[in-house]
Amino acid sequence: MYNDKVIEIFKNPKNIGDLKDANAIGTIGNASCGDIMQVFLKIENNVIVDAKFKTFGCAAAIAASSIATEMIIGKTVDEALTLKNADVVAELGGLPAQKIHCSVLAEEAIQAAIKDYKEKNNG
Amino acid sequence: MKIYLDNSATTPLNPHVLEAMLPFFTDKFGNASSIHSYGREANRAVSEAREIIAECINARPSEIYFTSGGTESDNWALKGAVYVSKNKYKHIITTQIEHPAILNTCAELEKQNVEITYMNPSNEGMINPKELSNLFTENTILTSIMFANNEIGTLQPIKEAARICREQSVLFHTDAVQAMDSQKIDVKELGIDMLSMSAHKFYGPKGIGVLFVKTGSRLGKLINGGEQERGLRAGTTPTPLIVGMAKALEISVRDREKNNQRILRLRNIFIDRVLSEIPYVYLNGNRENRLPNNVNLSFAFIEGESVLMRLDLAGIAVSSGSACASGSLEASHVILSLGVKEELAHSTIRFSLGVDTTEQQMDYVFNVLKKTVDDLRRMSPLYDYEKGIGSYV
Repeated sequence: MYNDKVIEIFKNPKNIGDLKDANAIGTIGNASCGDIMQVFLKIENNVIVDAKFKTFGCAAAIAASSIATEMIIGKTVDEALTLKNADVVAELGGLPAQKIHCSVLAEEAIQAAIKDYKEKNNG
Repeated sequence: MKIYLDNSATTPLNPHVLEAMLPFFTDKFGNASSIHSYGREANRAVSEAREIIAECINARPSEIYFTSGGTESDNWALKGAVYVSKNKYKHIITTQIEHPAILNTCAELEKQNVEITYMNPSNEGMINPKELSNLFTENTILTSIMFANNEIGTLQPIKEAARICREQSVLFHTDAVQAMDSQKIDVKELGIDMLSMSAHKFYGPKGIGVLFVKTGSRLGKLINGGEQERGLRAGTTPTPLIVGMAKALEISVRDREKNNQRILRLRNIFIDRVLSEIPYVYLNGNRENRLPNNVNLSFAFIEGESVLMRLDLAGIAVSSGSACASGSLEASHVILSLGVKEELAHSTIRFSLGVDTTEQQMDYVFNVLKKTVDDLRRMSPLYDYEKGIGSYV
């Protein structure tokens, strides 16, 4: 059901945990649906210099969180906003059909974090 | 190391069973319905198998009907009772924690205007048979209550439920698929009208099951065709599977006490260790009234499938309570019916031990499990790893 790359990332996910000096946090999902994804970003001069995640969810959700945080580190905020769930799926080498929503969570968690950042900085 | 702890899903075929089956695939390949010597040879083997199985549950050979497995037996018991009933309105009583083979058959019958009542279990997964008396209507034709639950292993008070149904002249069926291997089942003593079983749950082959139907119980046909199984279940007799099923049940009954004691001990040590050494873990189902090989635990703040996958990567095969369905994760209907919150129900894992399980294996499983739970909580947004405190939001 999962390809080797997804399994490998699930086994050794990158960027786990809190980011103490995060200036943007996005949380998506809820426990009663079986998944919650939380993304922490450190943004300097509109560039994402660090990203970490915490995820309650299946192997696909954890792999998607890991790869998505890797994909946005070094990107500008606007570049990160263009990240789509399909990009996450492609980077993972594909996900089973019933797990595509995990990649959507990753996209939405990043967007939620950036929204949080923009709100803090405009307000 | 490869460790199989999913014996409630299926069991490995016992090599002695395979040995008994092999000649009936090759030399003794005859059709048991044929009149010639090939047929008679197969027919004799099927008759012997039927006698063995009947004896194991204290039934008559003529009360044993071979089917393709537990699902067909369940379908047949329910639909057969409906098809043969002359009632204008038909009512069936069952429980919320049945296997999908019963629940989805009931859903199908509801479309055909059969009324179904689903009994609620207690928060420990027990059905109270005393509630039956309030549920019967003049149209009740059948009650179906599983002998042992497939997820949480709870053993139901079948004898009492059967007695209450008998007093109301309501047929009583039990899905004993999970119970056959470890429970002594005497259909006469228990007063059961129909019982489903499946060979691959007791180290027999897949694709073969039995529906026991007590003499005098009327049942409509599910499968039409030839005159096999006394004209009630058509289809060429699968001689090798039948021979294998009988051999497997014979061995299961012979070794039952010995296996139960050994497995129960390993199971109890494991449960005690997990509950005392891993925080925020909950045992689902009644601790005592339970299959000896069943462990069903909810690990708060982490999701079941990720636990399953991590254990699998360490060579350990278990089963998760959640089944992923079309984009959303659906928690187990059994766990939810116990009143467990949805967020915790998503964190459920079933470990089902078997005859090959060893103490060494269980030690390894415990160690891997402890580390897995620790690792996954470290990345859970619901758990403060440094403080060791978790909460749902």
